[in-house]
Amino acid sequence: MATHTEGQYFVPTPSLYPFIISLGLLSMASGFILSLAHERHKDLGYLQGPGEWMMIVGAVAVIAMIFRWMGKVISESEGGMYKKWEDKSFRWGMIVFICSEVAFFAAFFGALFYMRVISVPEIAAFDPDYTMYKDFLGTWPSTGPGGLVLGTEYTPPANFSPMAAWGIPAINTLILLSSGVTVTWAHWGLLKNNRKQLVIGLFLTVLLGIIFLALQAYEYHHAYTELGLTLNAGAYGSTFFMLTGFHGFHVTLGTIMLIVILLRSIKGHFTPQHHFGFEGVAWYWHFVDVVWLGLFIFVYWL
Amino acid sequence: MSYSATASHDEHHDHPTGMMRWLTTTNHKDIGTMYLTFSLIMFLVGGFMILCVRAELFQPGLQLVQPELFNQLIGVHALVMIFTALMPAATGFANWMLPLQIGAPDMALPRLNNWGFWLLPPAAILLTLPFTLAMFGIGDGAIATGWTFYTPLSVQGGLGVDFAIFSVHLLGISSVMGSINIIVTIFNMRAPGMTMMKLPMFAWGWLITAFLLIATIPVLAGAVTMLLTDRHFGTHFFDAAGGGDPILFQHLFWFFGHPEVYILLLPVWGFMPQILQTFSRKPMYGYKAQVYSLWAIGALSVVVWAHHFFTVGMPVPALLYFMYSTMAISVPLAVLFFCWIATIWRGSMSFETPMLFAVGWIILFGIGGLTGLVLADVAADAQYHHTYFVVAHFHYTLFAGGIMGIMAGVYYWLPKMTGHMYNEKLGKLHFWLTAIAFNLTFIPQFFLGLAGMPRRIPDYALQFTEFNQISTIAAFVLGLSQLLFVYNIISCARGGKKATDKVWEGAEGLEWTLPSPPPYHSFTEQPVVK
Repeated sequence: MATHTEGQYFVPTPSLYPFIISLGLLSMASGFILSLAHERHKDLGYLQGPGEWMMIVGAVAVIAMIFRWMGKVISESEGGMYKKWEDKSFRWGMIVFICSEVAFFAAFFGALFYMRVISVPEIAAFDPDYTMYKDFLGTWPSTGPGGLVLGTEYTPPANFSPMAAWGIPAINTLILLSSGVTVTWAHWGLLKNNRKQLVIGLFLTVLLGIIFLALQAYEYHHAYTELGLTLNAGAYGSTFFMLTGFHGFHVTLGTIMLIVILLRSIKGHFTPQHHFGFEGVAWYWHFVDVVWLGLFIFVYWL
Repeated sequence: MSYSATASHDEHHDHPTGMMRWLTTTNHKDIGTMYLTFSLIMFLVGGFMILCVRAELFQPGLQLVQPELFNQLIGVHALVMIFTALMPAATGFANWMLPLQIGAPDMALPRLNNWGFWLLPPAAILLTLPFTLAMFGIGDGAIATGWTFYTPLSVQGGLGVDFAIFSVHLLGISSVMGSINIIVTIFNMRAPGMTMMKLPMFAWGWLITAFLLIATIPVLAGAVTMLLTDRHFGTHFFDAAGGGDPILFQHLFWFFGHPEVYILLLPVWGFMPQILQTFSRKPMYGYKAQVYSLWAIGALSVVVWAHHFFTVGMPVPALLYFMYSTMAISVPLAVLFFCWIATIWRGSMSFETPMLFAVGWIILFGIGGLTGLVLADVAADAQYHHTYFVVAHFHYTLFAGGIMGIMAGVYYWLPKMTGHMYNEKLGKLHFWLTAIAFNLTFIPQFFLGLAGMPRRIPDYALQFTEFNQISTIAAFVLGLSQLLFVYNIISCARGGKKATDKVWEGAEGLEWTLPSPPPYHSFTEQPVVK
């Protein structure tokens, strides 16, 4: 590795990781498509097996490369390659990345608001003489009037009830908010060079993240088995599961990142002056937290 | 501005050679070269597709292409040209030129930069693979909905739609990674003394482009994800039976789609004033006015999306709002046009190829802008919507305003990148052939559209024949003259007259203080801008 001093920007050495990740994604995507091809093309059922294998191989490649890539970045960081200048790049990069994630969730919130405010009431308000949705009331939460979808009849679930806000979701809100507190407490510990506080704070954060995910899994089970609330349950089911599902996926990623940061802290990484890795993960965790508040208010509560 | 630059002549390269150099590179120039090469290849691929379409449209009736394939070709042509030709070309310039222009050693996040590029070839494979698969009897070809993925057609379509969805995902990740890199580079890598209001205009254009990408590409990713779950997992986002609405997709798509227009154009608006000032030998007119106009256009572009589907059925207040806000964009755009013209006004102009393209670009892009104003009128749009008038309009903005702008940039910077001068005579010939053939291709389409010829239909009524024939012949001339462009680029890369460091007499900016071609590591010591 080239010698590196303050004021000279560190340009990392050539790397094959990005290329392999891209190939892995290509394999995952085409495998996924082929494994589902039989839904539209009856003669393509034989592609399901190979498609699934392509997905697995691709996913393994992507995950392995992400770990090696991040491992390389960590070793460069611990090797003192990143000074203030590089650190600032990472900070800006993380901020912009989180902004793009906000935009991604905005699409799904947009769909929720559109269905709730525009399309569901509109379907109910059609002229009764010209509509097939005569008895549809258009009240929220709605699973839609029912009708033909892709050639098969869709009947809204009969015993449907939405997820109540003041049970598990409220507890989950408390859990995520507390995890925001514990990760900040861990950060204070890091700044004071109190390693014990850092490790305990991170450990509690990870624990709260896992409890959140477990409760979320229980809630999904409850929804599917007792509430008639499934992914196929019309407007409410679609938005409920896509919003909470993508959020849960982000919590999972965040928890994995927190575990990595926890292990690094135990190993003695990070100093009070130099710990972007920690802060990047903390920012991400706070972002996931804020998205949850939006979910709690607009999906569960109102 | 005056510069004191210390160019590094560091010649020992610690990077792999051969294919591995390109697969693994973290160097902004290597990555920029890959972006530009990829873009040129995909430009030819997309051009080939549309020539098949034009050949079919040479006569009424069905001759060469069946309607299914016709639909696939127009949709994939658009996706290829927008996502894999025009956008990568702009990103390629950003990679090559931003670090040089702002005095940076490299892009801020080099490995991410490499990933941003290497996501593109897989995405291009996903887009075009269904054509090949169909030849082997797998599936029914590529996406046949047009590039807009409109539901419910896209919910019903075959596996080509899935391939396009994942292609868009990969392209989206690539754009987000590229944008992160560019924003961070501009914020964090400027030479000491280069304040934001001393930024080269190209950097401003790209900064706002990158913000737009960050704000809108994820929305597109979300929209096609909903499409995917509607197709395969039983959600009801776009189906009234479940309380959804096909028009929801149009809102989500065009929330991305309209800013996308400016994503394609803002980088060009960035470097075009630099070209104009170089060949007019006088400073850029109205730097601040241009920066503020770029911001205004960027901000307005995210609040006007529904003008793409005025005819779909919207409340009158919504129609009025989207009409007026769309028309409001013409105010800052007019400021830009004024500045561009004022920049060359009374300059001592010379007309090398980049300047020919630049001046032609002002005029042709002006036509694109003005015909857009016509389409923005709700009452008039009821007649123009989904006709060839729209096709002609957006080719004036995206081919003339986008691709011809990029060509100006290619000729402008090619000597800097390769260290050789391109063939000036051939360049001029390329410009005139392109400009004339372009107009002959698309002016007839304005009239066809006004006369009522719908877009995206492989057959047409007899009275449209002559104009379609003119258009088709001109399109083939336009396509074939691009081979001159390719030849000129390749021969320039291989050799030719040595280019000086400054290349152009009137050139201003940090990139011209470095040798041509610049050393592998650009500014290892940052220059100081006074």
